Amino acid sequence: MLAGILAFQGDVAEHAAVLRTLHVPFQEVRTLADLAPVTHLIIPGGESTVMGRFLILSGIGKEMTKRVKQGALSIFGTCAGAILLARKVKGKNAPASYALIDMTVERNSYGTQAQSFSANIAVKGIAKPISMAFIRAPKILWTGRGVEVMASHKGNPVIVRQGNIWASTCHPEVNGNVELHALWLRQAGMPAPHLK
Amino acid sequence: MKRSPRNMLGEDLAKMLKGGVIMDVVNAKQAKIAEAAGACAVMALERVPSDIRRDGGVARMSDPALIKEIQNAVSIPVMAKVRIGHSAEARILEALAVDFIDESEVLTPADPFDHIEKSGFRTPFVCGATTLGEALRRIAEGAAMIRTKGEAGTGNVVEAVRHLKMIAREIASLQTMSPAALQKWATAERVSVDLVKRVRTAKRLPVVTFVAGGIATPSDAALVMELGAEGVFVGSGIFKSANPAKTAAAIVQATIHFLDGVKLAEVSSGLGKPMVGLEIAQLAMTMQERGRTM
Repeated sequence: MLAGILAFQGDVAEHAAVLRTLHVPFQEVRTLADLAPVTHLIIPGGESTVMGRFLILSGIGKEMTKRVKQGALSIFGTCAGAILLARKVKGKNAPASYALIDMTVERNSYGTQAQSFSANIAVKGIAKPISMAFIRAPKILWTGRGVEVMASHKGNPVIVRQGNIWASTCHPEVNGNVELHALWLRQAGMPAPHLK
Repeated sequence: MKRSPRNMLGEDLAKMLKGGVIMDVVNAKQAKIAEAAGACAVMALERVPSDIRRDGGVARMSDPALIKEIQNAVSIPVMAKVRIGHSAEARILEALAVDFIDESEVLTPADPFDHIEKSGFRTPFVCGATTLGEALRRIAEGAAMIRTKGEAGTGNVVEAVRHLKMIAREIASLQTMSPAALQKWATAERVSVDLVKRVRTAKRLPVVTFVAGGIATPSDAALVMELGAEGVFVGSGIFKSANPAKTAAAIVQATIHFLDGVKLAEVSSGLGKPMVGLEIAQLAMTMQERGRTM
């Protein structure tokens, strides 16, 4: 098994640092060939319009959808990643999304950078709340019945999963927190000696 | 308790911009072209640097109405420029809720002594630098992101490469300094020795570092990425080229696939005339000197 980080744009290095701490082997993914051996894919924070465009241009968007349906790929998306995984995306100039989690997401829902904030988020299955940044964050407005809410903030889900597809509107990786990644990897069947 | 000068949320936003291209735009139409081409942010300004250079006169912050128009047109972050030291212009941009303020040498400096005390703002700042000392002085003032100055509006990448390499070489030179030499260097550069030590340990600047100033072609963008840039600003290079939409998309492709020669050849083909380039030695005015010793 091999992890991958979609590396078109965004905080790829921060996710890479988390995977290194967890001693999980990974590679950066920019082409279909890069994706081929990957079983666990991270879609990082960044601009969903940029990643959305390159998911189409590279063919990775279609291929990852196919492999998820076959049960051959697990995905964890943060912020922009959460947007791209949603069934429906609200807000102007929204990118095409892949409907891998049955939810509606609104981009830049809190506002511009002036409304960015950080908060302590209690996650189901993690002992202590994690301090996480919400950067021009999207908001999850609705989730379907098959979606499990792993964490909420002020009444809105902020971390959700549908099977092995996980999404977070906030960023555990920017502070180097590894617990959420570990939880996803463990539940998605990645064997690694450093996962708790 | 003394407030930390660091704008952590701003530093985090800068991390989200990494690997991306930030494009200068002068109206909503250009902003939409930039967004569609894959820009990770736009820089709203009244005139691109090559026009500022040609027209002369005092270059100031853009009309707030123009900035609002651009904010309404796109969903990606919107940045805008203020003159060096002009905290009132910065207050206006903060009130407009721009995502990043660029305290920029491309505009005519407003203060001959000081840069803006950036820690007093919630909006994050990006500042230009030509050397490590200059970058650290800006970070100490609260800058959440650094870009090289290069020489804006020239379409000549040599100064951007110079600044990127200068900063990298100075960081490398810190590694072998004795504690006394480190202290001496910090004093000479007017920065705290603690900040210098942080850089020495991390072997990099403590904030995201982009390259700006003179990037005109996809291969220019690929070159600076290969040299360690975390992303690029492109000013006049896009909307002064023969085919802006195609050039913009090609520069984004080149920034992402910067080591892939085949891809670079493909995206560099048939772009039409790039912006006219200028030889640095023949410039009547260099923007990179502005605020350098402050």
